[in-house]
Amino acid sequence: MAKLSKDEKIIQIVGVSKVFDETVAVDNIDLYVRKGEFITFLGPSGCGKTTTLRMIAGFDIPTSGKILLNGKDITNLPPNKRPVNTVFQRYALFPHYNIYDNIAFGLKLKKIPVTYVNDKGETYTKMQKLTRKEIDEKVKNALSVVDLEGFEKRSVSTLSGGQQQRVAIARAIVNEPEILLLDEPLGALDLKMRKEMQIELKEMHRKLGITFIYVTHDQEEALTMSDTIVVMKDGKIQQIGTPTSIYNEPANAFVADFIGDSNIFNGTMVAPRTVRFCNKNFDCLDDFEKNEKVDVVVRPEDIRMTYPEDGMLKGKVISVVFKGVHYEITVKVRKTEVIVQSTESREMGDTIGLVIQPDGIHIMKKEFTINKYDGYITKKNTVVFGDGEFECDVTKLYPGSHLDEEGYLITANGEQIDLTDVDVNVEVEFKDIEISDNAEEGGTQGHIVSIIYKGDHYQVIVRTEENEEDFVLDTEDLWNENDFVGVKIAPENIRLTLKQENNK
Amino acid sequence: MVKRILSIAFCVLVLLFIYSPILLLVVYSFTDSTVIGQWKGFSFSLYADLFKSAEIMGILFNTIWLALAAATLSTILGTAGAIGIFYSRKRISAPIKAASQIPIINAEIVTAIALALLFSMTALYRTYFSLIIGHMVLCTPFVVLSVMPKLKQMDPNVYEAALDLGATPSKALFKVVIPQIFSGIMAGFMLSITLSLDDYIITAFTKPKTFDTISTYVYNAVKNGTNSSTPALRALSALIFVVMIAAVLIINLRAKKTKEDRK
Repeated sequence: MAKLSKDEKIIQIVGVSKVFDETVAVDNIDLYVRKGEFITFLGPSGCGKTTTLRMIAGFDIPTSGKILLNGKDITNLPPNKRPVNTVFQRYALFPHYNIYDNIAFGLKLKKIPVTYVNDKGETYTKMQKLTRKEIDEKVKNALSVVDLEGFEKRSVSTLSGGQQQRVAIARAIVNEPEILLLDEPLGALDLKMRKEMQIELKEMHRKLGITFIYVTHDQEEALTMSDTIVVMKDGKIQQIGTPTSIYNEPANAFVADFIGDSNIFNGTMVAPRTVRFCNKNFDCLDDFEKNEKVDVVVRPEDIRMTYPEDGMLKGKVISVVFKGVHYEITVKVRKTEVIVQSTESREMGDTIGLVIQPDGIHIMKKEFTINKYDGYITKKNTVVFGDGEFECDVTKLYPGSHLDEEGYLITANGEQIDLTDVDVNVEVEFKDIEISDNAEEGGTQGHIVSIIYKGDHYQVIVRTEENEEDFVLDTEDLWNENDFVGVKIAPENIRLTLKQENNK
Repeated sequence: MVKRILSIAFCVLVLLFIYSPILLLVVYSFTDSTVIGQWKGFSFSLYADLFKSAEIMGILFNTIWLALAAATLSTILGTAGAIGIFYSRKRISAPIKAASQIPIINAEIVTAIALALLFSMTALYRTYFSLIIGHMVLCTPFVVLSVMPKLKQMDPNVYEAALDLGATPSKALFKVVIPQIFSGIMAGFMLSITLSLDDYIITAFTKPKTFDTISTYVYNAVKNGTNSSTPALRALSALIFVVMIAAVLIINLRAKKTKEDRK
């Protein structure tokens, strides 16, 4: 995970975890920050990025692991003893002080070594506070860096949000920290102000030459400003890299989805450098083992539109949105929606062809441990997924619920719910799928496309004919490829969750 | 029109109901008679008696120093408590906060008897110590109550910002947190003074035998169903009433002014 570099490491985070009342906020992360770089922790809210920043600042102490600053362990050092300063999301200015006193706050507390020569000509150093004149000078400089000259006597409440944020930055950089920590500093500003401040912050980073550690959930901000981006999710690091490498070579489907727009397809490797998705084979540059399940990421700008007969995929245009520089065109290819960005427009309802070049296809290994499908509930309280219909236990959708005689679901609070056509996520474990020689048996049927020996069992993939849905299962029996089999799943082994709940 | 006159009349009636006893007292403080109801002509002699009476002046002094001491100590204790509760983890802070507010709804007589019982088990029963502790028990929950909202209004990051800029935790507390909750602390202090000034029940159960505050003195003076023993108390009551009215007016006017300033 760590990049190799000979550059000096200013911060090293070694196996750090943070647990708050049994919630794991940061889960065993390893990371280093090079001196002088602009590094961004990027991720959705609750991904642990702010907690990581707060541990570097010293506001939170890691539950386990170590944080090193210039090679020295600072894990338990209180924040006032660390050579880092923080710019907070909501500025955290001191409202009872004027701008001058806000910025001078750190300087007035600071003691610096001053060397004297005594009568005998010996030199000695004394820790001494800064003089009033020195403080005045530094405050003035800091204000000029943030373009707020002459604001010394103003009170905090008379400043706009953008000005307050500048004061917060001045208050931090005036202490000449080795590292400046910025916790979503532009989050409270409006779009135009945010764009301006992005450029100014980048400029400040260049001028000051100190390390910036920046936290944001805004991928565009991260791409614009950073030297290095650390993408986080659920307390874990997903990828570390430069903006270009993260955009072009996302490590997994989450990163691809979070950074920029992307189409993500379920695919399978069918031959060397050939991947199958949307019922078509595509040449690609990445290579994985045959029959490996993969996520295929295609950036919308990497898809070219053409005549239906020339396309690798054929579909119908279902929406066209003008985005200023380009059009965003949604094309329905069989059951899948594909997003295309192009400077050309198309009419709604047009049938068009789509071409994807091998270098536009990014393939990522899928963390594949369970079968997942999109399904819906029928009138008979069965569930349809994977080109078939299965008996299931719909009462699991609502804890404590039961079915009445007419087949309506009664929840724990006595509410009656009609589940017909409700969309659900379906999960089935590998070990819970049985296959049978009798293709009519079970909920659906398909051909065995792959058999891999896994030491003590075989991993078999059954693919349905209509939509090429795959069922991955573990079995101890030996089957033959191309056998046409029925897929059986016991109702209690079909795990259902409501779609809306997952979107929360 | 009739409706308006009626509504005003009703308000006047309510106010009259509330204030007539006090007005009566004020009026009769300006006549030199032993019992209320007997007008012997306008005179300031009760006021003169009041300031000449060494006993009453001593008691007034007692009451004031007790109030100042109890309020100061309660304010320190209550502010520290509120800050502690605010910065604790929720699992700990929620029950502590609830427990700290129980004395407010608890009947004062129960607190007073409990204090008397507690101190009677030690050598400190009916000493200045038990008296001050008693008043602190009365006032501290109100200080916590008035400081807490100010802490909640504060930007949660300012304390951390101060630490971040190199302040030690105690410096951050005194330079950043305390100034921002100061109005709450002052409100708690003023509330404590008024509570302590007119407290009778706890004072009666914890005070040294020879010590009296205005409350206990007045109570003893009128205990036997007559107010004739010390008519000067009428003047004292009238004075206290006037001072209180002045205080309320000043506080309200200042609040109005700061509100207008904000606009």
